Amino acid sequence: MMRELHDITLVVNGRSHAIRVEARRTLADAIREECGLTGTHLGCEHGVCGACTVLVDDQPVRACLMFAVQADGRAIRTVEGLARGDTLSPLQKAFIEQHALQCGYCTPGFLMLGTAILEQNPDIGDEELVEILSSNLCRCTGYANILRAVRVATAAMREEGVA
Amino acid sequence: MDGTTHGTDDARMAAGPGEAVGRAVTRLEDPPLVRGRGLFAADVNFPRQIHMRIVRAELAHGLLRSVDATAACALPGVVAVWTAADVADIPSIPFRATKVQGLEPYCQPVLARERVRYVGEPIAAVFAEDAYLAEDAAELVAVDIEPLPAVLDAAAPPAEFAPGLHTEPTIVRKGFGDVDAAFAVAHAVVELDLSVGRHSGVPLETRGAIARYDAARDILELHGAAKKQHWNRDEIARLLGRPPSSVHLFEGHVGGGFGVRGELYPEDLLACAAALRLDRPVKWIEDRRENFLATNHSRQQRHRIRAAVDAEGRLLAIDDVFFHDQGAYVRTHGARVVDLAAGMLPGPYRLPAYRVAGHFRLTNKTPAATYRAPGRYETTFVRERLMDAIATRLAIDPIELRRRNLVATAEMPYPRPLDVLGSDVVLDSGDYAKLLDQALDRFGWKALRESIAARRASGECVGAGLAFFVEKSGLGPSDGVRITVDHTGTVELVSGAASVGQGVDTVLAQICAEALGVGYSGIRVVRGRTDRIEFGNGAHASRVTVMSGSATWQAAQAVRAMALETAAPLLQLSPEVLTIRDGVIQRKDGATGPSMTLAEIARRMGPNSAAMRGRTPGLTVEKWFWSDHMTYPYGVHCALVRIDRGTGAVKVERYLVANDIGRAINPMLVEGQIAGGFAQGLGGALYEEFRYDETGQPLSTTFADYLIPTATEMPALDVLIAEDAPSPLNPLGIKGAGEGGTNAVGAAIAAAVDDALGQPGAITTLPILPGAVMHLLDGPAP
Amino acid sequence: MKPAAFRYHAPRTEEEALAILAAVAPEDGRILAGGQSLMPTMAFRMARPAHLVDINGVAAFGLLAAEGDVLRIGPCVRHAMLGAPLVGGPLGALLGTVRRHIAHLPIRTRGTFCGSLAHADPASEWCLVSATLGAEMVLRSVGGTRRVAAAEFFQGIMTTALAADEMLVEARLPLLAEGTRSGFYEFSRRPGDFAQAMAIATFTLDGGVMSAPRLGLGGVEDRPCRLPAAEAMLDSQPPSAALFAAVAAAALPGVVPMTDDPHRLRLAETAIIRALSRAAGLPE
Repeated sequence: MMRELHDITLVVNGRSHAIRVEARRTLADAIREECGLTGTHLGCEHGVCGACTVLVDDQPVRACLMFAVQADGRAIRTVEGLARGDTLSPLQKAFIEQHALQCGYCTPGFLMLGTAILEQNPDIGDEELVEILSSNLCRCTGYANILRAVRVATAAMREEGVA
Repeated sequence: MDGTTHGTDDARMAAGPGEAVGRAVTRLEDPPLVRGRGLFAADVNFPRQIHMRIVRAELAHGLLRSVDATAACALPGVVAVWTAADVADIPSIPFRATKVQGLEPYCQPVLARERVRYVGEPIAAVFAEDAYLAEDAAELVAVDIEPLPAVLDAAAPPAEFAPGLHTEPTIVRKGFGDVDAAFAVAHAVVELDLSVGRHSGVPLETRGAIARYDAARDILELHGAAKKQHWNRDEIARLLGRPPSSVHLFEGHVGGGFGVRGELYPEDLLACAAALRLDRPVKWIEDRRENFLATNHSRQQRHRIRAAVDAEGRLLAIDDVFFHDQGAYVRTHGARVVDLAAGMLPGPYRLPAYRVAGHFRLTNKTPAATYRAPGRYETTFVRERLMDAIATRLAIDPIELRRRNLVATAEMPYPRPLDVLGSDVVLDSGDYAKLLDQALDRFGWKALRESIAARRASGECVGAGLAFFVEKSGLGPSDGVRITVDHTGTVELVSGAASVGQGVDTVLAQICAEALGVGYSGIRVVRGRTDRIEFGNGAHASRVTVMSGSATWQAAQAVRAMALETAAPLLQLSPEVLTIRDGVIQRKDGATGPSMTLAEIARRMGPNSAAMRGRTPGLTVEKWFWSDHMTYPYGVHCALVRIDRGTGAVKVERYLVANDIGRAINPMLVEGQIAGGFAQGLGGALYEEFRYDETGQPLSTTFADYLIPTATEMPALDVLIAEDAPSPLNPLGIKGAGEGGTNAVGAAIAAAVDDALGQPGAITTLPILPGAVMHLLDGPAP
Repeated sequence: MKPAAFRYHAPRTEEEALAILAAVAPEDGRILAGGQSLMPTMAFRMARPAHLVDINGVAAFGLLAAEGDVLRIGPCVRHAMLGAPLVGGPLGALLGTVRRHIAHLPIRTRGTFCGSLAHADPASEWCLVSATLGAEMVLRSVGGTRRVAAAEFFQGIMTTALAADEMLVEARLPLLAEGTRSGFYEFSRRPGDFAQAMAIATFTLDGGVMSAPRLGLGGVEDRPCRLPAAEAMLDSQPPSAALFAAVAAAALPGVVPMTDDPHRLRLAETAIIRALSRAAGLPE
């Protein structure tokens, strides 16, 4: 089969990347390789572990379950876009303070998932929070500190007046 | 280096929280990781790199008739395809030093030769311009295998491994005392047949190896290394015929190890050989399916165990025969897990006589090796089930029964006439009875029993259980660090340790900061790099804080002494009145006076300084800490479970891990280790299993089949870190904390499920699945 | 685990999509909607379609509207959209409850209702909803349109009435009458895992007795099914734990599970009891 290539533009963290990829190139691989943003991790490539979670038009999505060509022109946000220069986001800070990461491999996925929660549903109830955070796998922490970090960040953002 | 003051090696760390140690400080490792700026194996890229893809056996056992790579080679973008013939000069993967004889013929070849012995065994290696292409090409490699029957039961009689060799390479036997006499006079004999299911570490990052040959310097580099960099470097060098100094291993960020990452695997050697021979960097990233098929499995053992007890339930003897399902080959651990299991089975109990025969058996499954608390997760389950069974038989309360058998503090150090991993088992320090009391109190055991009774009265199926464990940690024999203060006052610590994500850098920095009198957050920690320190023993067996931490303490003390000795004449004060605070050498008593920074001292110790004539320049010390004995952390797990009668599902509602670790350098990190370790233990108790069909086809090859606990499965977890029994074997008093959270989970949950069912001894197998629980709930068919 | 290569098509209209599908279907050409089921199978190379027709660009496929007595669901309606506030009333309440059990949030933002139906995994919650409520599927190709009832649409494991060149362009779910009670129960090992047994029960309560009962079982047999004999036992009866237990026990002999495992039948029994109990507001 001839290698058919597609010219697309991925807008990642506000920056445009004009790239050329096969249709079968996953969004995860395109972000990592063509765009050079390796913060989005591959843990399983079959959509279960959530390490590859990014935001597409502000919705959490498994980047391994989308082809790059499908994200042409969409607004993609990855972990590299969470901090403002040197200033970490409240959630990133909370992760550090609450020891919500050990090896750090699942962390970008949880940060993006957590960011979506904070943006869309900051008053989320405990039961629902556990339910949504069960979307992603962590093999190191046992999850309690991740839960706590999201809660701490919600409180911090409420104080800052950011919803 | 040779400016060291003698005698600093003996200084022990003071008890209680210090300036940096004993504090829950945030981790140095975190900032790049939360920014997504880590360097995991898959993030490593070199210009002109090619991608390696392994062609793997799809049958569990068979004669390898032919491998035809013609179609694969013809695909544009394919650089090469290797089979066994292409790597005939590379020997099989060896194992680390062991007393066990006769294992060599069972080592795994880098690519399968005449036979394949497990689904997933590497048969060929494809090298192509990108990973997608490499996978396309790998599919085109035609493999012809003539099937042979698959051996899948380690307890069945051994079969043929190869002509003249059968599938039991060794039996590990240990023992002491007169077992037969004890059974002859026993008041009661209890006999059990117990099994632990096959499961393993399954880190979230799969394995990866990126090999690069730097022709300009004649250096072979391997990136993506972990765990045992120096041993791996030496072996890779030897197997490829190069001097060790021409091979450098680099550890970047590591997405979890748990024992299974960082051993030397065929893929590591293939990537290295290919980098040398194909003259391009070679990148190999394992995918998840491969990870389930080809990364070390663990845990699967079947024990037939008997105990002889007296009328009070005291152990007179234990006689255990067990079958360890090693999978297809002997890997780098040799028979270690069997050795550990056999040696650690007695746990915290007094035992006058013991006999164990660990049958190390090969089967046509993925090869196995160590996984967090190896040999202990299994044997704590077995031993604690045995104790529960004894309690039931003699109608003694299970907690009381344990009290009667626990080794007492007054008896410590308590030697068992056994050796494990080459060192004698000596329970170094501990107050087992006290921790048991603390755990019961913390868990609210008495009130809980009442609450359980009330809940049962209203129809719930609930129960509680506990288990006692002893862990091993601080595996020596040695490790070293080199600490240097540069002329800007920045401290760099280079260690032979490795990281698997646990927070090594922070802990070593805390210890260094405490001893040296600087802030911890400015310390740069370098580890996992064979080009920065010549020797090292890596990260495993909960050894890093004990070994590298002790070496750090001693080295930092020595740097401190060296700085004070150098500063003293310059400040016209004697070293005894000086201290270092925040990197400034000043008077201990706080009186104002002259001071100097460590930066200034370092500047005066450079190679051009007249004061350094005849000495090795630099404010720098390298120290090696040696230990012949492991340390033995210990603890208790308590579990409260609820069974859903309609489904058989077991929900753990509350759990306690009480763990004495001697001393917590960073309590937050210790708790993190215990919590994460518990989650893995929970997985092994209720969810995780590598299953095979009757032909040896693996059935657990995706995250939808192999179930790792999510946030929902986690109970309310309480962690009680006790520091009542510091180890006398190292200057920090610490014992490792990496495995205590995992060790007893299977045992504690099994006991709790038995209690909920009201059927003592019902649970004899892990994992405990809803179907099995349902079967027990339904009872025997009418 | 990279997918095998394929030709990619991105139609902008339904007409275009059907024309391309007709052309590529003979060469294993498939529809790409949410991709949440298709892509994992492609990652394992168990599925290797030579062509993918990406329908996400067809604006009209986002149809989600109540019309008369049905809810019309177009091929690009995501799981996340089904339930309040976009869908109200008793049907919206049921869909919202069921939705929480489907995989996880990030899957639900992409995966589609119609995609689940076309995929016909026996563990699919939407397939059970469709079978139980008596949905009607609208199948279209360049050759024309036909409507197929749920009972005929689901034909076995991953097997439907769809011809290779046909697309499921709409699912029509009957709206539930005001006051309809519904209950859903699913057993899976962890939340979001494949259902090992699940059941849906709906009925209205008139004068303390159940009428127009519907009871569907999924995840156990090779396709989701209504249980008409069980429904007959429920009709005109007052809800009670004893009745529900009897209904579940009576339903079991007629269930043909996909696997030999007796545990699945016990789970089926539990699922039926709990779905009914939840609909009735009785303790489980």
